[in-house]
Amino acid sequence: MHTIRANKHIWRKVKNVLVSATTFLSAILVIAPLALVFFHLLINGAGSVNWAFFTQLPKPVGVVGGGMANAIVGSLELLALGSVVGVPIGVLGGVYLAEYGSARANSILRFIADVLNGVPSITWGVVVYGLVVLRFKGFSAYAGGLALGLIMIPLILRTTEEVILLVPNGYREAALALGIARWKTIVHVVMKTASKGIITGILLALARIGGETAPLLFTAFGNRFWNHNLGEPIAALPLQVFTYAISPYDDWHRQAWAGALVLVVGIFCINVLVRILTRERKPAVV
Amino acid sequence: MAAVAAMSVEERSAPARMAPPSRFGDKAFEWLTLGMALIVLLLVFLIGWQLARGSSLAIQKFGFHFLTTSTWDPVAEQFGALPFIYGTLVSSLIALIIAVPLSIATAVYLTELAPLWIRQPLVSLIEMLAAIPSVILGLWGIFVMIPWLRDYPFPLLKKAFGWTPLFTGPIYGPSMLAGGIIIAIMILPIITSVSREILRSVPNLQREAAYALGATRWEVTRIAVLSYARKGLFGAVVLGLGRALGETMAVTMVIGNTPQIAASLFKPGYTLASVIANEFTEATTDIYLQALFELGLVLFGVTIAVNLLAQLLLKTMTAKSTTRAVQ
Repeated sequence: MHTIRANKHIWRKVKNVLVSATTFLSAILVIAPLALVFFHLLINGAGSVNWAFFTQLPKPVGVVGGGMANAIVGSLELLALGSVVGVPIGVLGGVYLAEYGSARANSILRFIADVLNGVPSITWGVVVYGLVVLRFKGFSAYAGGLALGLIMIPLILRTTEEVILLVPNGYREAALALGIARWKTIVHVVMKTASKGIITGILLALARIGGETAPLLFTAFGNRFWNHNLGEPIAALPLQVFTYAISPYDDWHRQAWAGALVLVVGIFCINVLVRILTRERKPAVV
Repeated sequence: MAAVAAMSVEERSAPARMAPPSRFGDKAFEWLTLGMALIVLLLVFLIGWQLARGSSLAIQKFGFHFLTTSTWDPVAEQFGALPFIYGTLVSSLIALIIAVPLSIATAVYLTELAPLWIRQPLVSLIEMLAAIPSVILGLWGIFVMIPWLRDYPFPLLKKAFGWTPLFTGPIYGPSMLAGGIIIAIMILPIITSVSREILRSVPNLQREAAYALGATRWEVTRIAVLSYARKGLFGAVVLGLGRALGETMAVTMVIGNTPQIAASLFKPGYTLASVIANEFTEATTDIYLQALFELGLVLFGVTIAVNLLAQLLLKTMTAKSTTRAVQ
């Protein structure tokens, strides 16, 4: 009797250790792809990231060398165009959800924003193709920027709402007690207090759409040359990586790796910036 | 003191000399922000309307047959979506089979079992994995994952399970199985981080009660935490499914892009999102473009339904939002 109980106790302890080991192994497996992707990006891409990569246009097939200067600039232009759409709508919409409205209606809007976040990014490309490209008879930087901007809206809206809700009510009461209009209180006191959090949300949204390819395939379309008119097709780094990756040429594959490395480093830089922003002065907001 | 009190109730008993503050600015700002918030609602209708309008001719012409036939021949203007629907479902299913146990085990490790010092670094690494763009994972998939799969795991699978129809036939590399694996990598971070949020929202009293009964750490997790969080974890899985169904670039690059319904997972396949990505700019005829719009409509309908279910499941579980984790 006594030994059976002791055995059972040992078995429970063993099971505990086994489960801990299994879950630890799972965690290792989950982060393994990250390490592998990084490793291969470095060994395949680092060699081709040079001065020419940042300053030259893509070379024609068969000519070794060249760069992705137009795609890097194009990506930045698309991010700027996307922000013009996504930032005001997202931030002000988030302000509404946090400051105005009835709890019930707001929870429905919040719910819809969360569902929108799950819409596949390629869907946005199709929609903008119908809205802009078909109507204006051509691919353009504007179309690409709009597609990216629409993706940003629900992302920024939700983070803005969250950080604004973190602003202590005392701030609002103090401002209102001084006779300051409600909207001025919100803009100059509440949003100002939460500005770091709002900027963090915008940066995270930019990091997310900076690598988006699917919505650009038939909106921005890509361009082998410089874009001099936003009404014309424009190159983007992720698009260029895709085109080169599925091409049959070894030299283009090397360029694809280099482009991928630059893109990932750019995205991680934004993430590091976010971490720095959220780390200091933690108690106030965020 | 009295002066301050008088100031704060100024609106109700405004002194005769002071004009009442204008309400215009307040109203305008409220309407402005309301308008911006309502755009979210508008966007849902805009997507639905645009996709339905873009595919109205195809819907009229092919009707329900579109979803049940499997010939995709743009030249003969024959359009059947079945191979793409099949490919989307099977690749997502493979992804879930791989990703769900790994992510939930990782979430359990992160919230219940791991030493405290290791938790934050691991969470940061998982967030970094989530930040890798789909197209870059696809690039890695083409040049690193597929050659490796073709040389080592696929032949082993064939040897061990070749007697089932799932692992028969020649091994090319680009295949339904490769597509499923790359989607699994894409959805690991989201299922892990949402599950982690869910497990963290389990009240500590639950755990303390189980510890008080003499349970080991794993028993506490199983009895008090996992059973309590079941519904929310299911929500996390459904959310992952939503992402898997719509995953585009990485899958397009490794799945082989062949519209066929084959039992063997070594054979190439095609998904709804991939065919849109590949053929949209090549659509030369109106009806071809219409058919692609209809594929987009099908994809949108399915992902919206799946995401609605996920959000409902998650909402009942946590009062607080899960967007932070979702990003």
